[in-house]
Amino acid sequence: MSFTVSTRGLTVRYGRTTALEGVNLELAAGAIHGLLGRNGSGKTTLLSTIAAFRRPAAGTVLVDGEDPWENERVMRGMCLIRESGDVQVDLRMRDHLGYLADVRPNFDGDLAGRLMDTFELDPKRRPSKLSRGKKSAFGAVVGLASRAELTIFDEVHLGMDAPSRFAFYDALLADYIEHPRTVVLSSHLIDEIQLMLERVVILDRGRLLLADDAETLRARGVSVTGPAEAVDRFTEDRTVLRRQQLGGTSQVTVDGGLSAADRATATQLGLEVGPIDLQSLFVHLTEKEVVR
Amino acid sequence: MFDGRDPIYLQIADQIRGEILAGTLSGQEQVMSTTQYATTYRINPATAAKAFTELVDEGLLVKRRGVGMFVADDARDRLLVRRRERFFTDVVDPVAAEARLLGIPVEQIVGRLRATSTPGPDGSGRTAEEGS
Repeated sequence: MSFTVSTRGLTVRYGRTTALEGVNLELAAGAIHGLLGRNGSGKTTLLSTIAAFRRPAAGTVLVDGEDPWENERVMRGMCLIRESGDVQVDLRMRDHLGYLADVRPNFDGDLAGRLMDTFELDPKRRPSKLSRGKKSAFGAVVGLASRAELTIFDEVHLGMDAPSRFAFYDALLADYIEHPRTVVLSSHLIDEIQLMLERVVILDRGRLLLADDAETLRARGVSVTGPAEAVDRFTEDRTVLRRQQLGGTSQVTVDGGLSAADRATATQLGLEVGPIDLQSLFVHLTEKEVVR
Repeated sequence: MFDGRDPIYLQIADQIRGEILAGTLSGQEQVMSTTQYATTYRINPATAAKAFTELVDEGLLVKRRGVGMFVADDARDRLLVRRRERFFTDVVDPVAAEARLLGIPVEQIVGRLRATSTPGPDGSGRTAEEGS
């Protein structure tokens, strides 16, 4: 009961602006995917197009093997929560949850109730009267309790304080383990979410920069520090993402993992080799594009 | 909890190996489930599962259907044998290489080892023989 997503040559335009161009993406069923990208990179456009809120100018989207546009079966199994909740703001939350229980086949009212308590949301109130963070928290409740085959959270954490965000992550993981489904999380808080992700997708200025296993990406970047000359020699034939020099010492971020032999060579040259976390790798990969 | 050096699943596996070696986890004892691991450390359950698969493949953990994961009876012995084998390649050989580089004679290293190692019951300072 998990949906796959597949896009081919997906292109979306707003007037003369191209928001997405030729995106070919495969999201495996039943995994937690992270969607990363700088502001304006096309994350929200991609997610709303997958969720059939928007039609592509060119290319195709398939969700669970079918075009989601005006496709009732697929739409019932898809839940997109955008920033600040994406809910009917003038409906009492209690009534909104009651409505979802009717339209969402897998909706779990007990879970919704427990999450309302966790986030200290009063079911009698309307989202329009809530702070941004509380509105987002209600979006998280709706997204989790709907238990849709494809659940998408587009920066749902916005406005949520740290305890609420961690309560959201905990609830997501716990329910995902019990009821595995395809989850997409888009967030700028890479450090907070990275260990929960199985796959990572990075968009850069409307194009797909990469899609890979989170573990592979964590091992991909390496920092090499030492005497400038030795660092230069070692990094000569490698893709350098960033170079910093302080006096005679250089620190270079290299794209691509090192073999055991590479590491031995580095040690012989008196170089220090260190890991690059996902957040730094993301910054280096996307800022490089902008600088050049 | 985790550093960025190795994949998370390797770090989890190493941690459990460490607990078995130290005796914190003994034979037949149940280990945390994938679910408990994932929720406790806020990590993807597939990552935790990968660590357990590796330990099962190494014969350190045993899966009991429907109950959970348990430490194998001979887990500590297996680890000791493996670690003792690796001790010479991973620890002693690099020391020898470094000593050669610095011009330190082997006798001096041996002397140092004798002086710092805890004497055995017979006072000789000899460590356990391989396979004992």
